[in-house]
This record gives sequence, C-alpha cells and structure tokens, in this order.
Amino acid sequence: MALLETIDVVKTFGGLTAVNKVNIKLEQGRIISIIGPNGAGKTTFFNTLTGIYSPDGGEVNFNGRSLLKLRPDQIAARGLSRTFQNIRLFGDMSVIENILVGMHVHLKQSPISTLLRLKSFKQEERSAEKKAEELMNYVGLKGVGNEMAKNLPYGAQRRLEIARALAADPLLLLLDEPAAGMNPQETEDVTRLFRSIRDDKGITILLIEHDMRVVMNISEYIFVMDYGEKIAEGVPAEIRSNSRVIEAYLGRGAVAGQHEEKLQ
Amino acid sequence: MAPLFFKALLEKLNRGFWPYIIILSHTILGTSLVYSTPRSNVAFLVLITSLFSLYYFKTDSRFKIIAGAILALVVIPIVGVRNIFYLEVIFQISVFAALALGLNIVVGFAGLLDLGYVAFYAVGAYLWAFFGSQQYYVLSFAPGTQPSNLPFLLPGDAFYLFIFFAIIVAALTGILLGMPVLRLRGDYLAIVTLGFGEVIRVLANNLDKPLNFTNGPQGITPIQRPSMPQAVADWFNDLFGGIIGHTASIADLYNVMFYLFALLVIIVIIFVTRRLDDSKIGRAWTAVREDETAAIAMGVPLVKMKLAAFAVGASFAGAMGVLLAASRTFISPESFSFMQSIGVLSMVILGGSGSIPGVILGAATVTILNLQILQGFSLYLSELRQSDAIIPIINFAWRDLSTQLDPAKYQRLLFGLILILMMIFRPAGLIPAKRRKRKLASDTATAEK
Repeated sequence: MALLETIDVVKTFGGLTAVNKVNIKLEQGRIISIIGPNGAGKTTFFNTLTGIYSPDGGEVNFNGRSLLKLRPDQIAARGLSRTFQNIRLFGDMSVIENILVGMHVHLKQSPISTLLRLKSFKQEERSAEKKAEELMNYVGLKGVGNEMAKNLPYGAQRRLEIARALAADPLLLLLDEPAAGMNPQETEDVTRLFRSIRDDKGITILLIEHDMRVVMNISEYIFVMDYGEKIAEGVPAEIRSNSRVIEAYLGRGAVAGQHEEKLQ
Repeated sequence: MAPLFFKALLEKLNRGFWPYIIILSHTILGTSLVYSTPRSNVAFLVLITSLFSLYYFKTDSRFKIIAGAILALVVIPIVGVRNIFYLEVIFQISVFAALALGLNIVVGFAGLLDLGYVAFYAVGAYLWAFFGSQQYYVLSFAPGTQPSNLPFLLPGDAFYLFIFFAIIVAALTGILLGMPVLRLRGDYLAIVTLGFGEVIRVLANNLDKPLNFTNGPQGITPIQRPSMPQAVADWFNDLFGGIIGHTASIADLYNVMFYLFALLVIIVIIFVTRRLDDSKIGRAWTAVREDETAAIAMGVPLVKMKLAAFAVGASFAGAMGVLLAASRTFISPESFSFMQSIGVLSMVILGGSGSIPGVILGAATVTILNLQILQGFSLYLSELRQSDAIIPIINFAWRDLSTQLDPAKYQRLLFGLILILMMIFRPAGLIPAKRRKRKLASDTATAEK
C-alpha cells in the first residue's frame, strides 16, 4: 500500500487553477522529488497536502486514512512533517526550543503536572531535551542549543528546520527547496543528510528542488509539474530524456537542440 | 563614552559583596528618607527603586527572597500606614502590575493583541459588586429609587469564594470571546477585542433596565469587604504602633490587606506564568507568536492554544476585578474605559513585552508617573502661580501662566511620547524578555575543545 496517495487534487485561487488534478503515489522508504519551473504549483501542492490550504477537489490519503477535513496540526500529528521554502523558524526562540516545539504532538504533559512540576513532567522534559540534543547533533548543529534561531547562519537555519521537522517523528518528510541558496559544499552535505535520514530512520522523503544535481543525485523517482499539472513521472533517467519536461523547462525550441547539459 | 563607563562600573559593582552593600544601603536610605520626610515624593521613589536594585544586582537567592519579603511585607505596609497616600500608590502599582502581568500572557507570550483587556477586569468587578452588595434586592428598582435599609445578599466573607468564581467566570468569558474571533489575525483581532471591551462597558452602563443589574452609570455601592477582626487591628498596632506614631484605623488596615491580596495575586501570576512558559504550552504560545503557519504545521493546535492564553490572561483580570470592587466598595463603568485597556497595554510595551520584571517595572513607572510625578509637578506649578514669583530675564510672572498648562492634563501626551521614544530607541522594552538558557551536554563538550 502506498504511504501517500493523491487522486485528482485540485486547488484554485479565483480563476487560477494552481493545482490541477494531480495524482501521485509514494511508496514507503523512498526519496522522491517534485520538480517543475517556477510557478508550476509545487509549493501549493505541498500546502494542500499539509492542510494549510484545503483542496477544492480530489482525495488525499495518507497511511491508509484521508487527510481531507483535517486541520494542519492534526495532519502533522498523523506523521506528516515539513520544512518551508522561505525558512520559517521561531526566530526569538533558542535552537533547542525550536526542536522542542516540533515534539509538541508527542509530549503528554497536562496543565496540572506542568504547574505542580510533577515527576512525570520533569522526566518528560528531560528526555525531550535529550532527544532534541541528539537531533541537533544529527543534523550537524552541535553546541548551538542556546543560540537564538534568528542568529544562526543561513545554512544552519535550513538544518534546524529539518531537525524541527524530524522532532515530530514523521512517517513522511516534505522538504520545500531545502538546498536553495546553499553553496556546493553545503548542498553536498545536506544531500548526504537526506540520504541518512531515509537510511537510518526509515523516513520517506518528498522534496521540491530546483538544483538538478541534488534531484538527479538523490531521487529514486521524480514527478514533474508545470502549470499546475503533473506532466511526467519516472526514474531520473526517464525524466532527463522526456521531451515534455525539456519543453517545460527550456521552451519549445529547445527540444531539438542540446538539452542534455542543461539538465545535468 | 559615558554609557561604556557606566556599564563597566555596574559590572564592577555586581561582584563579590558589593551587591549586598548596595542593596542594603539603598533600602535603608529609602526607608529612613521616607521615615524622616513622610511627604516627599523623592524619598518614596528611592524606597520603591530599592526593589529594582534588589532585582538587578546578583546576590544569593535566599538573600533576595528574605530582603524582598521584608520590604514588601513589613517596610512598605508600615510606611504606607504612616502616609496613606503612599499606600494608595503602592496598591495601584500592584493592581496594575497584576493586570499587566495577565495581559502579558496574551500579548507578550502568545502575541495576540488584546485592546479590550479591562473587559475581563470589569466582569470580575461586577460579579462581586452584584453578589457582594444589596443589588440583588434592587433588581426591580430604577437607579436612585431603591429603598434604604436593604439587607446584603451574601456575607462579606464570601469575597474569598468569589475570587475563585471570578477566575472561572472571566476565563469562560475569555473563551466565549475567543471562539469566534481567534481565527482572525493581528489587526483584525485587535479591533474585535477593542469592540468587546466597549460592549462590556456599554452593557455595564445600560443594564439598569429592564432589570437593574448594574445600577447604570451611577455604579454600585456599597460593596462589602471581607471581615477584619478587631484582634488583627490590635495586634498590628501593638507590633508597629510605636514606629508608625499613631494608631492605625480599620480603614488603613483594609488598605494594607488589599495590598497584600494584590501581592498574593501577583505572586500566583508569576508562578503560573513561569511554569507555563517553561513547558509545552508556553513554547506553543511563543511559537504561535513567532510564526502561526509554522507552528500549526509543527502540530500546535492554534485555536486551542490561543483560547488557553485568552482564558489564563482573563482569569487573573477577573480575580483583580473582585479585589478592586471590594477595596473601593464602589464601582462604575467609568473604571473600565478603553483608555484603561490602553494604559495597561502601554505598561506591558514600556516594560518589555513577554518579560515579567519588565512588565512590573512598566506598571510601576506608569503609575508613579501618573499619580506622583505629574501631580506633584502640577501642584508645584499651581503653588508658583499663587505666589508672586517671576521668571528673571524674560520677566514672566508665574501668576500669568495659563491653567491649561497643567501637567496632569498632559498625561496622555506624555505617555504617547514615551511610547514613541521607546519604539525608536528600545523597542523590546525597558527590561527585554530573555529565553531561558538550558544546560546542555553538547555545550560543555564544545567548551572543552
């Protein structure tokens, strides 16, 4: 059974159809990419999956249950965690607190045990803090736990967003342009991180990315969107030679020409 | 140059035994000044600011608690009974500090701009005003026509019970208001809460018909107070009568009592706020304030968390309302105007949104400015006006100074100026909020490298 399946998902804004009857199917434990030119509707599609927008039509099934009519926080609690294209950290909170917010759905402390500082509360906080620290180390943010998130350098902020998303113990991790604005070295590092997240933790990853080196290097399967529609899907080699994809990226005239280097 | 010098000096003074010497000498200086010149505003300011040097300088925490307790529980009541005006100032500071701390939960932590906060204060006040007075028997009389010698509905000691009722009722009001409006963000929420604040005030103003619940603009009086046994008064006078110099009346002791209640509420608020802040709920509030979309995507239930913030903030205002009704024995809709909400909000912003010591400092500053400095200045000007004094050089007789130039009338102007200056030079407030530093294993690991 597929971990995530969308059937004819539609999202419109007034007269504009941002997502038009998109069907995708994700198998558990894979790394899958969504690519497409700017404005293709990729981020809107992410937002309909995570409940930020409610779809105007279609079905979204995750882990055997429909996600329609659920609030974003309920969807997050079902194991669907995400990062944002334009980093959205809690700037005035420390690094470790950002990660602790990610654990929100798993913390069971009641208001009473919080006010009375019961033993159960203290234990839970201590183990949450420990787990947050492990996550910090895992994504490569050792020793900055008490820094304010807004004071971190750009690359570290991207990593923190990933750590925060991982804190919810997701089944599926949605990454929206995680390598945007990174230099080649940083890009290589986060690519390695994504692979290890899948290998160590068995978390399925769906990412939107423009950097073709990342996409071709890491993806086991690719969906291509253009003008709100899914125009192609397949393994990287198939996508690279798909004429509709080349057309979407480079325009009609380029199909006959030298497209290979551009996409590599 | 100068700020650097002061910074270095303060750092030096914050080491070794210096803090103890400073705090003790500040407190003793303040106490003796107030004692020797019981009418001086300056002396009173020296005494009040000693609380802040107690907060600022680093000392043993046990010393802080003991010194703070002696100041708040012994020195201030004695000074207050000696000069009842000081007690009034201190009571108002503690009432506003409690209100500002409650609003701080809503505005400072959860980032929900609430412009109608005094509505919850009014709910608490009218709750006790209705049940703690004769109003129940006045229900079918128009204001001003009730017969005299009506009995009271409940004994005065029901006050204690009603503090808890008010907490619950105000929290429920907060939730009721919150349910429809918390889907709104930022400016929209501010406008709706502003409207709600006005609705409550207008209700209080007009609910004198068809049934007379609130007695309209005339307000409800007398409202009962909890009983104070004569033994307590005798005990107080036996103990402190020598220092105070006259026998404290029951009315004075009531003021002390309400001050102590307000202090108790403040301590409870600080306790609750700090514990919540350092938990799942507090982190969720801060996350909502920082970025709603990211917070909800991380699994924070937005509406539930906002309602919780509204309810907790409102409940404290409710408790303070009961306290106000009992201490004044009279309330009217005037006490719950929009300007009051703005006043409390400006205390939060001035002191430092989200910062507990900051908000208390904000409340103290605004109240002292209001009650002492501006009025003292007005008094001084009017004395000059009545004298024959003349400003030299320009040859201006004080007598000709327009009465329009009364500083007390420029309160709002001054607050506006202060807020503008704060926004430009210190937008995070006088004492900005800090996140707690955690002891982390990896921090020590990197420090060793």
